[in-house]
Amino acid sequence: MAGLRALGVLSRITVRHRYTLFSARTHVNYEVKGDVAVVRINDPTSKVNTLSVHMQKEMAEVLGEVWSNDAVKSAVLISSKPGCFIAGADINMIQACKSAEEVTYISQEGQKMFEKIEKSPKPIVAAINGSCLGGGLEFAIACQYRVATKSKKTVLGTPEVLLGLLPAAGGTQRLPKMVGLPSAFDMTLTGRNIRADKAKKMGLVHQLVDTLGPGLKGPEERTMEYLEEVAIECARGIVNKKIPLTKEKGMMQKVQDYVMSFPFVRNQIYNTVQKKVMKQTKGLYPAPLNIIDCVKSGVEQGSDAGYLAESQNFGKLAMTTESKALIGLYHGQVACKKNRFGVPEKEVKTLAILGAGLMGAGIAQVTVDKGIHTIMKDTTLEGLNRGHQQVYKGLNDKTKKKSITSFERDTTLSNLTGQLDYSGFQNADMVIEAVFEDIAIKHKVIKEVEAVIPPHCIFASNTSALPIKDIAAASKRPEKVIGMHYFSPVDKMQLLEIITTDKTSKDTTASAVAVGLKQGKIIIVVGDGPGFYTTRCLAPMLAEAVRVLQEGVDPKKLDSLTTGFGFPVGAATLADEVGIDVAAHVAEDLGKAFGPRLGGGNPELLKTMVEKGFKGRKTGKGCYVYQPGLKSKEVNMELNDILESFKLTPNPAVSSDSDVQYRLVSRFVNEAVMCLQEGILANPVEGDIGAVFGLGFPPCLGGPFRFVDTFGADKLVEKMRRFEDVYGNQFTPCPLLLDHAKDPSKKFHK
Amino acid sequence: LKKTLSLITTCLVLLTAKSKKTLAKPGVKNVVLVEGVRTPFLQSGTTYADLMPHDLARAALQGLLHRTGFPKEAVDYIVYGTVIQEVKTSNVAREAALGAGFSDRTPAHTVTMACISSNQAMTTAVGLIAAGQCDAVVAGGVEFMSDVPIRHSRKMRKTMLSLNKAKTLGARLSLLGSIRLAHLSPELPAVAEFSTAETMGHSADRLAAAFGVSRQEQDEFALRSHTLAKKAQDEGLLSDIVGFKVPGKDIVSKDNGIRPSTMEQMAKLKPAFVKPHGTVTAANSSYLTDGASAVLIMSEEKALAMGYKPKAYLRDFVYVSQDPKDQLLLGPTYATPKVLERSGLTLADIDVFEFHEAFAGQILANLKAMESDWFAQNCMGRKAKVGAPPLDKFNMWGGSLSLGHPFAATGCRLVTTVAHRLKKEGGQYGLVAACAAGGQGHAMVIEAYPQ
Repeated sequence: MAGLRALGVLSRITVRHRYTLFSARTHVNYEVKGDVAVVRINDPTSKVNTLSVHMQKEMAEVLGEVWSNDAVKSAVLISSKPGCFIAGADINMIQACKSAEEVTYISQEGQKMFEKIEKSPKPIVAAINGSCLGGGLEFAIACQYRVATKSKKTVLGTPEVLLGLLPAAGGTQRLPKMVGLPSAFDMTLTGRNIRADKAKKMGLVHQLVDTLGPGLKGPEERTMEYLEEVAIECARGIVNKKIPLTKEKGMMQKVQDYVMSFPFVRNQIYNTVQKKVMKQTKGLYPAPLNIIDCVKSGVEQGSDAGYLAESQNFGKLAMTTESKALIGLYHGQVACKKNRFGVPEKEVKTLAILGAGLMGAGIAQVTVDKGIHTIMKDTTLEGLNRGHQQVYKGLNDKTKKKSITSFERDTTLSNLTGQLDYSGFQNADMVIEAVFEDIAIKHKVIKEVEAVIPPHCIFASNTSALPIKDIAAASKRPEKVIGMHYFSPVDKMQLLEIITTDKTSKDTTASAVAVGLKQGKIIIVVGDGPGFYTTRCLAPMLAEAVRVLQEGVDPKKLDSLTTGFGFPVGAATLADEVGIDVAAHVAEDLGKAFGPRLGGGNPELLKTMVEKGFKGRKTGKGCYVYQPGLKSKEVNMELNDILESFKLTPNPAVSSDSDVQYRLVSRFVNEAVMCLQEGILANPVEGDIGAVFGLGFPPCLGGPFRFVDTFGADKLVEKMRRFEDVYGNQFTPCPLLLDHAKDPSKKFHK
Repeated sequence: LKKTLSLITTCLVLLTAKSKKTLAKPGVKNVVLVEGVRTPFLQSGTTYADLMPHDLARAALQGLLHRTGFPKEAVDYIVYGTVIQEVKTSNVAREAALGAGFSDRTPAHTVTMACISSNQAMTTAVGLIAAGQCDAVVAGGVEFMSDVPIRHSRKMRKTMLSLNKAKTLGARLSLLGSIRLAHLSPELPAVAEFSTAETMGHSADRLAAAFGVSRQEQDEFALRSHTLAKKAQDEGLLSDIVGFKVPGKDIVSKDNGIRPSTMEQMAKLKPAFVKPHGTVTAANSSYLTDGASAVLIMSEEKALAMGYKPKAYLRDFVYVSQDPKDQLLLGPTYATPKVLERSGLTLADIDVFEFHEAFAGQILANLKAMESDWFAQNCMGRKAKVGAPPLDKFNMWGGSLSLGHPFAATGCRLVTTVAHRLKKEGGQYGLVAACAAGGQGHAMVIEAYPQ
């Protein structure tokens, strides 16, 4: 007997030994609490959890053990990272694939795993805190029950479409069943993040858990424990049949289901959605159309067909240039959210802004809610009042959308000081000027400011074209002078272009980047020069647009040509938004700096428009006529007379729709490449990011540099030569572009 | 064995000398509590239902005069607390004082600080006396939850106010015509914290969860409160109550919310705020209560000169405030160490603790917070915990959970109870602590008056 028992012990030891050998798991682990297995996900190599091959393998092992363990009746799936459940599938895993078949295989593996989870004999409760996106969401919705915290960090969504992909682990199949066709399309086609309370309303999660304050442990740690406790109770409740898994349908739901049971109604929805997608994407993005196709297959032909369509479309999409471009932008965006200049010596706690105009107030708006004391100075009470109202409106709109409470709005506003004098500037850590674009005024301002600010204070200029070194010429301490070029509207445009001169100190740059990151911006840091990077790329394109107008293309046609190429905003509309006066100003400045190469249309055309008061949206008239309250806009008929007097005869050899598009784009791209060649740009990644996020370069092309890589430098050069023959050196390809054209193995992106 | 052990501990406690003999400070006037009374605390909507707040306040003030036989004209000032204000009697202190037959020459003002309103009234009185402004001040508080001001919607109010100004019949008719159904939905007094839009019960539930206080612990504590209150009521210890003849109804002379239940009964209740997994229920929360209280506070010399024997000294007090979201109800945790430091006492010096019980979960969270070094170090910026009061000295005659909690009347009840318990139990120092909406808190040290 004793021997037997000893043998038992021995075998247990060996079993355990073997167990530890095999279960040296790093990403997924579990512990059994009573009759509930708590499965924890934690990628030790990253701040976020992603569904990688490794993670999936360990998950499959763990679930296998959970299913075979008779003592376990149910399971809870939770992340050990407080801010992240699962942020999605591992993009590198998809990028590493060489063929569509490989990608399809990945999708099918995911589908199989989640199908097993969906059919799990033991209920699995997903306990969600932090981001639950993409594959993470697909994982969660395959579980039997979902509990989520009300934390602001908790967001659910399927952002695959933003990467030119689709939710390929059952997402296009389960979502319509769970939240209905309209919501499923909304989620998968926009990729937007859904907050926990909304997710509960939509039926995406079953139960919400409050976030907790500090107790016997830190708030985040205890909130995670609490979430786990509640999820465990839910798991037991499901096993005990105390919590039903099928919710009784409300009246509205029943009506909706009934309506949806008619194929006619469903077809109507597919058509409407399809039309909307085509209108918004101009057919330049394949992913949304594929998503519609997958959902349709699943609903109309059953889940087998649906899953097949999903995995195959996913494979195809992963190989498209659009997806590669979008993924490239994603990586670039991540890179541009880091401060490569290190930690600044002094944190900016008080920021003063000169000028309460659209830009100044916009900067205040994105600063004041980040806990930075913000001073907004203007020269007139009216200007100050307008600026203050802009900041208030921005915050109040957030209150209306319930993303902040009215109380948070008020406390945030208490951080904003509006004034007409320089009082309090002795405490400023940074001053950003957003005054009129005139070097004399900038010089006057910098002298006034330097008389009152402390020695460590940074002076940043929000100029869009004036070289920073010219502005710094009036400064006593040029090492503290830097350019911070924001884009209008500041609260919507993600880009911040930071411009350093050869005198700007590294700490000044680090501090400017730190402030920009705090403001939520994507940042490119470029060298000094007329127009820096973004304005310099835009100028030749706008000059070309003016020529196109002179050649008799009307503004609406010009807009449709540019949006048809993928620009989110048409060239004529863009000019109106920027302001015709600003465009004229920039064209003149850069024209002086770069000579005829930046010419194109007659700059006098813009000047005449300004003289007539057609300054764009802000004056109600530009290329278009803007009427308050009216969304649709009509072409400004009075513009015709001006255009008539500047009329040029188009050369039919270079005036086809496609040629006009490439005339516009090639000048943009050529200037961008030249910026890299001259060292204004540090690398092609920042060039792509700046062009897409600041100027609206077509995201599906991934930015000017990726465009050259994909389109082929040689083909672009060929087109440019043709234009060069007609218009001259404005279309001369720059040496770096020619290098790439000669050697097809040269690529901007590896 | 258990008995001997507890005996030994009791002996030890008795043997340990207080770290201070008295808290009298040179050059500072001694302020004393001469008497404290209250109306019976009734669940709202019961016998008091048809009264107005100042009626209840009147009853408490009259009861105080009656019990002390204090000459009305000798009252220098009256301070009274209230939380939910009756708009007709916005300075309820003055209306109640006049109605109670106080001299019309005695000024009166109303204070509000949520559940510590009458504490604020008392400390205002202490300040007036210490500053030499007054010698005898009546303080107190009233809350009347049977009737609360319910307003027309803002839209409707705006229309009605414009109607006042409308000059012509046409203008009036067009204004009346603009009234839509939406105008008619009433606006209830906010039950939620204004800054966070969270109800107090919800915050209490989160607080309990943050400190890992279980439903069972909360129910047990609530049961304890009711059991102790019942015992105190039966033994006639709640002698601060003055009977109240409600017009047209019987004389009320007992609190009516004390109802010791069983754990099984309490376990059946569903959570009231956080559904479905919350732990705060109707049974382990304080309930809506009508009631009023009043105390007579004097300088010691004047009291003695007038032939009164004070009940206790009112000593150091503090007010604290913290995050109204996650630490809404942790006032006692913050206030207790602070007031002990001011007095130069330790927790062991205190013989009698009276804490306001808003929710069982809130009290237990506070006790755990006071026992936690982590909390002391990370949230309070202290080196170490102060320690939690021993339960055998804690709210021994029931608390707000069982006796009821008329918001602005509770503070005086706590102070009077401490004075009575010190006398009955033979202790020297007592401590009052309470939390309040807005994330505020209060504590006061009370010293027994030498026998």
